[in-house]
Amino acid sequence: MRKNLVSAADLAREDALLILDTAEEMAALADRPIKKLPTLRGRTVVNLFFEDSTRTRTSFEVAEKRLSADVINFSAKGSSVSKGESLKDTALTLQAMGADAVVVRHSASGAPQRLAESDWLHGSVINAGDGTHEHPTQALLDAFTLRRHLNPGAGHDLAGRRVAIVGDILHSRVARSNVRLLHTLGAEVVLVAPPTLLPIGVEGWPCTVSYDLDAVLPKADAVMMLRVQRERMNAAFFPTEREYSRRYGLDGRRMAAMPEHAVVMHPGPMVRGMEITAEVADSPRCTVVEQVANGVSVRMAVLYLLLGGAQPAGAAPVPNQAGAAGTTAEENAQ
Amino acid sequence: MSGYLIKNASVLGGEPTDLRLADGLIAETGTGLTAGEGEREIDAAGLIALPGLVDLHTHLREPGREDAETVLTGTRAAAKGGFTAVHAMANTFPVADTAGVVEQVWRLGRESGYCDVRPVGAVTVGLEGKKLAELGAMADSAAGVRVFSDDGKCVDDAVIMRRALEYVKAFGGVVAQHAQEPRLTEGAQMNEGPVSGELGLRGWPAVAEEAIIARDVLLAAHVGSRLHVCHVSTAGSVEIVRWAKSKGWDVTAEVTPHHLLLTDELVRSYDPVYKVNPPLRSQADVLALREALADGTIDAVATDHAPHPAEDKDCEWAAAAMGMVGLETALSVVQHTMVDTGLMDWAQVADRMSARPAVIGRVAGQGRPIATGEPAHLVLLDPAHRAQVAPEAFATRSRNTPYRGMELPGRVVATFLRGEPTVLGGELVER
Repeated sequence: MRKNLVSAADLAREDALLILDTAEEMAALADRPIKKLPTLRGRTVVNLFFEDSTRTRTSFEVAEKRLSADVINFSAKGSSVSKGESLKDTALTLQAMGADAVVVRHSASGAPQRLAESDWLHGSVINAGDGTHEHPTQALLDAFTLRRHLNPGAGHDLAGRRVAIVGDILHSRVARSNVRLLHTLGAEVVLVAPPTLLPIGVEGWPCTVSYDLDAVLPKADAVMMLRVQRERMNAAFFPTEREYSRRYGLDGRRMAAMPEHAVVMHPGPMVRGMEITAEVADSPRCTVVEQVANGVSVRMAVLYLLLGGAQPAGAAPVPNQAGAAGTTAEENAQ
Repeated sequence: MSGYLIKNASVLGGEPTDLRLADGLIAETGTGLTAGEGEREIDAAGLIALPGLVDLHTHLREPGREDAETVLTGTRAAAKGGFTAVHAMANTFPVADTAGVVEQVWRLGRESGYCDVRPVGAVTVGLEGKKLAELGAMADSAAGVRVFSDDGKCVDDAVIMRRALEYVKAFGGVVAQHAQEPRLTEGAQMNEGPVSGELGLRGWPAVAEEAIIARDVLLAAHVGSRLHVCHVSTAGSVEIVRWAKSKGWDVTAEVTPHHLLLTDELVRSYDPVYKVNPPLRSQADVLALREALADGTIDAVATDHAPHPAEDKDCEWAAAAMGMVGLETALSVVQHTMVDTGLMDWAQVADRMSARPAVIGRVAGQGRPIATGEPAHLVLLDPAHRAQVAPEAFATRSRNTPYRGMELPGRVVATFLRGEPTVLGGELVER
């Protein structure tokens, strides 16, 4: 495994399968009375969130705690970041505090790659979503969920499975990561969106594109609905929410056109009544809640593989500027 | 007798020639000249002699952003790059939209002594695109402004642009347009294409540049005025300029060295050193720009030297400032992309980097032929020299170069301004 997870493109097929197989083992842990492994004892993992995301942060936090890591949540709000501190200074601070891994969420595309490739930080960098670029652990948990439904078993991939990703592809980091990872795992991906919500150059991606949801559904093994923000309407990406729902929303009638085994996925948060109706969201074919549970297992697997075994537990580096860094640490820890 | 005798320089790449400089002029040219008493002899065997370079597009940052550059540091960088005149863009703080500010910049240039500084006046008050600045007052000032530009911002209002084009005819001015349709580029981060789609960075479509250029050449034709297009960056822009010239319209254009060499593939690093306005484009655009510069469709190379302090680039892409320094690498990049590729000879380099920009900017005494009786603005270049770009050695105050570590050909050995060296032996002459 590499040191960082910045893009789904970092993962070769074997890497991805190793993560999914490891995540299955982690999932088994959830059924035990004590849901904890000592693997990351004495290791410090910082959840560095420049953008609000309670769902993703909580998921990482649960994963980190189940692996016994020391967890620090460093959020932009209420910290020096909101006072104008740069990404660089924040990273240097975390480095001084001895972070073994930094889970970073940022509104700017490329910020995790900057951290990973700079000499500001020496620990692992895990991308928890950057701008409209990538969200690789989301793609891994989606692949994990898909495999459980469509081709269960250790070592299995998604060869030949057809996955439709529907909605605001242009602004979606989930779509970018999923296209890359699902392609790596052998799935056939079709993107479905109005032309305004597809990026220029999408024809070069390893997937196909359709403007017609109804034509795609009967052949899909899974349909992944993406959130569509209502504000997009104001920038003329589509005329009205009603028209969007009519053309690209998933309702009961459309769900009935899907093959019986096909599942409905959504990375959350859902906008009910926009891209998905309540009837579909609450149906047994919808894997939203399952995806959340799988997210913890997959993130445990990623942390385990990136960090576990690299250093013996308890050998984490001592902060080199104990005095100054100590104060900052207390200020910033929430 | 004082002055300099340059021995065996290859003038515009031609046969070795001796050049005697005295009293600010080229006093004598020929072969076998001998140095008089007190005259300093410079062995220029193997060196190319070009007329002093003229940059139509330089950001000197003073007044207001002296942390990035000053007129002094910027003109020292210009001299090291072989320039004897630069046009200082108007987007300073305060904006150069009054006679007072342009005269201040002009005076600072005179005091620096490293090259002539020609202030560019803003087209509109505060670069806001709403109200014409006092263009006549700037033209009549000691600075003698002839080039007007809101560079950094586009004069997007068609009526304001029309009026500016018309108004500057009264004093032989030119409007230099930064062609960027604002609505099509809201929040834009990089060239819109396959790379922007993959990287999730908001795209800056070529059409946002081309649509404005198309409108402006038609406006210039309609009112019979002169238009200069700043930093053309796309193949489509080249086609429009070519078409406008074929109509006989008075349209000129410039290209930056970085758009002749670099592409948006570099943005995959998310390193903001590659963030620039207009953005780096595709390889097809690069090749079209080279061809257009070679055939004269694009008149001039202009650096768009845009210094920024380290903190404005040492950050995430979206937060970073746009721009690259370029004065000290321009000639090397042009040699690398245009001369060493066989697209242009040294006479054409002199035309695109000195003669034509001087005509566009109405810079008296610059961009002249290397001949007896002409002002002694000269640069001596060693084309055989190759070295890695080392920003630490730059004279500019900033270090935001995209060429760090890249091996480039050519080294400016000497620059003469009015017969006096500003650079000698590759080093600045302290004055």
